[in-house]
Amino acid sequence: MSNWVWFHRLASPPSFYRTAGKLQWWFGVPAALLMAYGLYGGLVLAPADYQQGEAFRIIYVHVPSAWLSLFVYTSMAVAGGVALIWRMKLAEIYVTAAAPLGASFTALALVTGMLWGKPMWGTYWVWDARLTSELILLFLYLGVMALGGAWDDPRRGARAASVLAVVGVINVPIVHYSVEWWNSLHQGPTVTKFDQPSIAAEMLWPLLAMALGFTLYFAAVQCTRMRAALIDRDRDARWLKQAWGRA
Amino acid sequence: MTAMAALIRREFRLLWRRRAGLTQPLIFFALVCLLGPLGVNPGPNLLAAMAPALLWLAVLLASLLTLDRIFRDDVESGVMEVLLLSPLPLWMTVLAKALAHYLAVGGVFVVAAPLAAVVLGAPPASMLVICISVALGALSLTMLGTVGAALTVGQHNAGALLAILLLPLYVPVLIFGAGAIQAAGQGLPAAGPLYLLAAMAVLHLTIAPPAAAAALRIAYD
Repeated sequence: MSNWVWFHRLASPPSFYRTAGKLQWWFGVPAALLMAYGLYGGLVLAPADYQQGEAFRIIYVHVPSAWLSLFVYTSMAVAGGVALIWRMKLAEIYVTAAAPLGASFTALALVTGMLWGKPMWGTYWVWDARLTSELILLFLYLGVMALGGAWDDPRRGARAASVLAVVGVINVPIVHYSVEWWNSLHQGPTVTKFDQPSIAAEMLWPLLAMALGFTLYFAAVQCTRMRAALIDRDRDARWLKQAWGRA
Repeated sequence: MTAMAALIRREFRLLWRRRAGLTQPLIFFALVCLLGPLGVNPGPNLLAAMAPALLWLAVLLASLLTLDRIFRDDVESGVMEVLLLSPLPLWMTVLAKALAHYLAVGGVFVVAAPLAAVVLGAPPASMLVICISVALGALSLTMLGTVGAALTVGQHNAGALLAILLLPLYVPVLIFGAGAIQAAGQGLPAAGPLYLLAAMAVLHLTIAPPAAAAALRIAYD
């Protein structure tokens, strides 16, 4: 049982508040460094693509955003499950704090995809499978946000949003494959073929750096947002006044 | 089991006493089917091509309108508290209410959809597929809708919120439901999408009652 002490400690608002205050810097500074390297490597050092020319460089924003749009939703569903099973307050806060971030990454992935689609496909939008399921994902995020904000009592809103995140994540694969079955035009994956990736190394490294940088950026901002949500909810609690040095 | 049967009987009686809760969505369904052709200048080819999508869109939207009544009356009259305190597990209560709702609303749409399909110019050969696809799809719609209705219990203006929550989750039902009708209309085998609709119905039948029960407990915490 003693292995779980750190977990219980993290689950208590005062100690989470302190830990997250440090973590946001431990995540944020590497995120800034990785993204600086990724942007320089991707936009300046990497050669232009022999088919797509300079326009391919938008993948350095597009792919990490798309990756995070899925990652954030999955993490919300896990947190939502934890919130419902163990009634952990911080897990509820995680869900409502992450939803707008996930929605932003999804919107960013959609917008960059459209900007890339105009020169490549000749149109901003096609009803392609991945575009469509990404758009549906955006609406799933908006649903979680709308439900979370619909109650006067933020705790009730957060728990309702947790249920929706769990129900949503069970449906995400169905939505994805149904849309895939319906129509597909998007290019196949180029990075995941690990034995022999069909992307040159000087293009790949900045992309991986950007993906990791985006993920750490999300973690840092999520820490900050959860701290802010804690301050908002526990504004009269004694631990908070102590943490600010005016007991 | 007797308790569930009693609950289902009660739901049917309530549905019958408040028939407007069923007839109004039905009229709405007919209106959506009417408005589609009016918007596009209907040549028979275009209309027949649109018919599966239009039909399923009408079912989707009309079924949204019916969800409100699953919990609302019981919440307002205080019956919900009694059901929460009863020894019957809450998910079984939810399942009973959802099944009664499905049998009534799904039944109405199974009868109404082929009629609308005739008007929209769908080929007669696809009628059986239309009935089966609506019967299977409506089960998924009802089950997901029960979760949505439970999540918005106590909201005064739940209509738009319910639509935002549920319509993205309804996408697969729309795709496979309309896909089955389209395939049947072109003389292709429609079994594939119908099997997928059935699989989704089973999945939602399994996950929806506990999820809706959890949502109700949040509302009554």
